[in-house]
Amino acid sequence: MAPLLQIRNLTVEFSTRAGTLHAVNDVSYALEAGETLGIVGESGSGKSVHALAMVGLIPTPPGRIVSGEVLFEGVDLLKLPERELRDIRGRKIGFVFQDPMTSLNPVLTVGRQIMEPLRRHLGLSAAKARARAIELLDLVGIVDPARRIDQFPFEFSGGMRQRVMIAIGIACDPKLLIADEATTALDVTVQAQILELVRDLKKKIGTTVIWITHDMGVVAGLADTIQVMYGGRIMERGPVRSVFKDPRSAYTWGLLRSLPGKLTAADQRLYQIPGSPPNMIHPPAGDPFAPRNEFATERCLREVPPLLQVGAGAPGHMAAAWYDLPAALENKGYA
Amino acid sequence: MIRFMAGKLLEAAIAIWGVVTIVFFVSRVLGDPAVLLLPLGATDAQLEALRASLGLDQPILVQYFSSLGAMLRGDFGISFQHMRPALDVVLERMPATAILAFSALVLGVLIGAVAGTIAALNRGKLAELIVMSAALLGQATPVFWLGLMLILFFSVQLGWLPSAGSGTWWHLILPAITLAVFVSASIARLLRSSLLEILGEDYVRTARAKGLLPQTIFTWHVARNALIPVVTMIGIIAGELLGGSVVTETVFGWPGVGRLIVQAIQNQDFPVIQAGVAVVAIIFVFINLAIDLLYGVLDPRIRGER
Repeated sequence: MAPLLQIRNLTVEFSTRAGTLHAVNDVSYALEAGETLGIVGESGSGKSVHALAMVGLIPTPPGRIVSGEVLFEGVDLLKLPERELRDIRGRKIGFVFQDPMTSLNPVLTVGRQIMEPLRRHLGLSAAKARARAIELLDLVGIVDPARRIDQFPFEFSGGMRQRVMIAIGIACDPKLLIADEATTALDVTVQAQILELVRDLKKKIGTTVIWITHDMGVVAGLADTIQVMYGGRIMERGPVRSVFKDPRSAYTWGLLRSLPGKLTAADQRLYQIPGSPPNMIHPPAGDPFAPRNEFATERCLREVPPLLQVGAGAPGHMAAAWYDLPAALENKGYA
Repeated sequence: MIRFMAGKLLEAAIAIWGVVTIVFFVSRVLGDPAVLLLPLGATDAQLEALRASLGLDQPILVQYFSSLGAMLRGDFGISFQHMRPALDVVLERMPATAILAFSALVLGVLIGAVAGTIAALNRGKLAELIVMSAALLGQATPVFWLGLMLILFFSVQLGWLPSAGSGTWWHLILPAITLAVFVSASIARLLRSSLLEILGEDYVRTARAKGLLPQTIFTWHVARNALIPVVTMIGIIAGELLGGSVVTETVFGWPGVGRLIVQAIQNQDFPVIQAGVAVVAIIFVFINLAIDLLYGVLDPRIRGER
């Protein structure tokens, strides 16, 4: 069966005063129906931009999709006119954005905001849309939904607003749900509740999910597949278990190492990846992570490594690295 | 809601009292109206007699409290100049000011709203440049100059419209346009920047991600939020216009409140100054009250605080 989503060689740029910003560089991957993909990376890694670009949500200008294909159910979204794209957004591809403080319209009731896509895409009457919106609020765990539906976003807490955002995202039973830093603005306990809710919803409605985050812990708990992005490129991707156990990109290794874990002694400072993210207006010529990578070879600085299957890894575990991380770790005495 | 209204009304009463008090004391500093009212050769005895008849021989605090009490009963005294109750003199002028203010406001808001929207939706294009240049020019042009130019062109050159006075709808056109230019320029500039700000909001992206139609997004997610500051500005402008636009009324010989108050100040006609300022203050305060209520309708967050 063909994958639900197949991205090929997606490249996105932004024109800025200082020059062209290379936000997404030659990103290709496929997503099977029912799969949960966790995309991890720091700010500016291209993880959010590539998702927005897929469905025509980046402002153009200054944004520009230079090349690529985004095949969703076999149709290239990048070739669709805005009119047809509108019918897919919110209907077949639902979004949950970060920061529910600013992502909900402050002057409309949450009910209205949930009902909008229902009425637009499913053509429900006001009464039916309202009934469905109450169901959705109930589904995402909001108590007393029949009363809450007429309230405004400011009357909800941050976690509750995020639940409302999720209700909007799943309103029309989308094939694909893209959540962009959906738990980042929340405190840890609320975050755990939201993740529990998403796992639960996945079981109930079986949506395919792309969960974009900078938190490795969230991915570990939610995703089937992890995709690590850096400098607008995929550094490593594969089944969560395989990537966590046997990372092949030094960046993935750095991210995993900077997590507080059992091995971190109480008096030990957490590991920090040295250096700072690359300037994407003048990106490094080779591997974008090379300047910060203590294992980088001469070739890393000159040539972009291809994303290849890891020999010893699980099927689908791929990494882009010229160096051999396990060997390098042993050499430096980390292993 | 009732507590909110009561609080607002109390605030309004205090504001009006403050304005009346300030005007009372400031106008007494201006000079002695008895000297102006009597011919040059008047004797000291005649001056004294006139002051006594106007109540100006009393200590200033006595004058203040007695006039404050009278004002509460709606009695602002007899105009020194018109020899009629001052409040009547002022209220007679209100319809002229109100008609001019209302016409200018409607015209200005309509033009400003269209221009501001065009400018915001054509960001970086020629249309924006043209609209915004025109708005800047409209805001920067002195009202008296614009008024004179309009008279010169439409009345003197073309002879289409009367140059001054009132009485027919034709008389209203030029002063209304003069004021509307400034109003529309202010509204257009504010609305444009407000729309652009809202267009960049996260919830507009959410609306687009929901696949809503562009017109739905603009009406309910963009304009609905962008209007909030514009409503405030319309309220302020309405208050200013209803207080009488001194310059426009003077240029066009329009018999409004603004010109009356300025004339009263020149003639040290204390009762008319008092009555005029009090009326203008009351109008201003009530428009603000109306705006506050409208704000609650537009923005549920404010309603929630009440």
